[in-house]
Amino acid sequence: VDVAMPDLEVRLLLEAIFDRFHYDFRSYAMASLKRRLSQACNRLGVTTLSGLQERVLHEPESFSMLLQYLTVQVSDMFRDPEFFLTLRTRVLPVLATYPSIKIWCAGCSTGEEPYSLAILLHEEGLLDRSIVYATDINAQALREAAAGVYPLVRLRGFTENHRRAGGRNSLSDYYHSAGASSQSAIFDPALRRKITFSDHSLATDSVFSEVHLVTCRNVLIYFDHELQTRALRLFAEALIGRGFLGLGSKESLRFSEAAPFFEDFALPERIYRKRSAA
Amino acid sequence: MTRGFDLVVVGGSAGAIDALRVMLSRVPADFPSAVAIVIHIPADGPSLLPQVLAIPGGPPMKVAEDKEPIVPGTIYFAPPDYHLLVESGHTFALSLDERVHFSRPAIDVLFESAAAAYGDRLVGIILSGGNADGARGLRAVSDAGGMTVVQSLESSEMIAMPAAALQAAPNSIEVNVAGLAQLLRRGDEVQSA
Repeated sequence: VDVAMPDLEVRLLLEAIFDRFHYDFRSYAMASLKRRLSQACNRLGVTTLSGLQERVLHEPESFSMLLQYLTVQVSDMFRDPEFFLTLRTRVLPVLATYPSIKIWCAGCSTGEEPYSLAILLHEEGLLDRSIVYATDINAQALREAAAGVYPLVRLRGFTENHRRAGGRNSLSDYYHSAGASSQSAIFDPALRRKITFSDHSLATDSVFSEVHLVTCRNVLIYFDHELQTRALRLFAEALIGRGFLGLGSKESLRFSEAAPFFEDFALPERIYRKRSAA
Repeated sequence: MTRGFDLVVVGGSAGAIDALRVMLSRVPADFPSAVAIVIHIPADGPSLLPQVLAIPGGPPMKVAEDKEPIVPGTIYFAPPDYHLLVESGHTFALSLDERVHFSRPAIDVLFESAAAAYGDRLVGIILSGGNADGARGLRAVSDAGGMTVVQSLESSEMIAMPAAALQAAPNSIEVNVAGLAQLLRRGDEVQSA
């Protein structure tokens, strides 16, 4: 199946998925969605989107596989170290003035970002009075995130990012080998205890808590313009007055109607601040 | 043959910067189409291509942003480490999906999405490069009725990419470096004689 698939077939498939499984991809950015659907068709051995639709409606395990294609994002711990360095030096000092700190990591995938945030909070002496809400629509990714286990081969990159993010300790202080002959590392359960992983959809769910900082990085690029604005409105609603919003390094508010809710705080790092009147 | 186009997509890797410099050197400030360019570059660090390739008095050049409307007369570059895609509403989109031909940005990703969005109002140009990225994309441009151009093998520093592109889209026009300079020279049309 090539990516020249008709939009009509895509829309029919997404309607069917929403109706049957209550996952709403109807407002995802179409171009990258088509590529993912094409890959899923190849993997499942079907030649049309109609064929894919029949498979997922009649074989639920096929839907689980499709869901992985549609949702799983690969991230790294401390991805874009300058972002985390700026959180450390400019945002956390402001958050430290509150008696308790709540952070919403929206679209946390397999957990690299919430663990990075927990480590950052620990190093700045704030973890004890903080909660990180980490949400995603992919239950399997959330289970992996909650386990806090990552392949050792990825740790070298994580370690370098952490160092560049101004890490005060060695990253190895926060994990140990998952077993004698294991090729994986497990992160400190003390970090895990400050993170609440839960299922939440930016497309269909509403605000669940008031928070001081929202991070939602490299998620909005997969949404269309309307859904992006819906998500940004949710963030504005969840944030306290003068709360912070962190986006991915190539995301911005420039093309969104939700832009007036926020002002620039650290533009190169894509950190925004909610306007007091918003 | 001359025809009007709304978008020109360009892809290349090793050896493409020199070809690109020549190709862009004659683009007039009032060039009526948008141009979107994917060159394989290292994932870390900012994209310096708009500065490196800037032409005094030429059209504006910038790194494309997510959800940015595609404006005629502007030359856009894919940001490092992101795929650049075109949506049917003629806006750009970015993605961090897996690499294609070990590349992100990948030429195939830009070209295939642009073909779906622009159909026969599209020109695809493949320059010098060392792998087969872009071949599938150029085929998609051709299948959608767009015009396809490939840098000639004799003038390419690395031939793997143009050779694969010619094989995938055999009706492509082959041009040497001098021809590249002529290609986007006129304000009202892409030259393809």
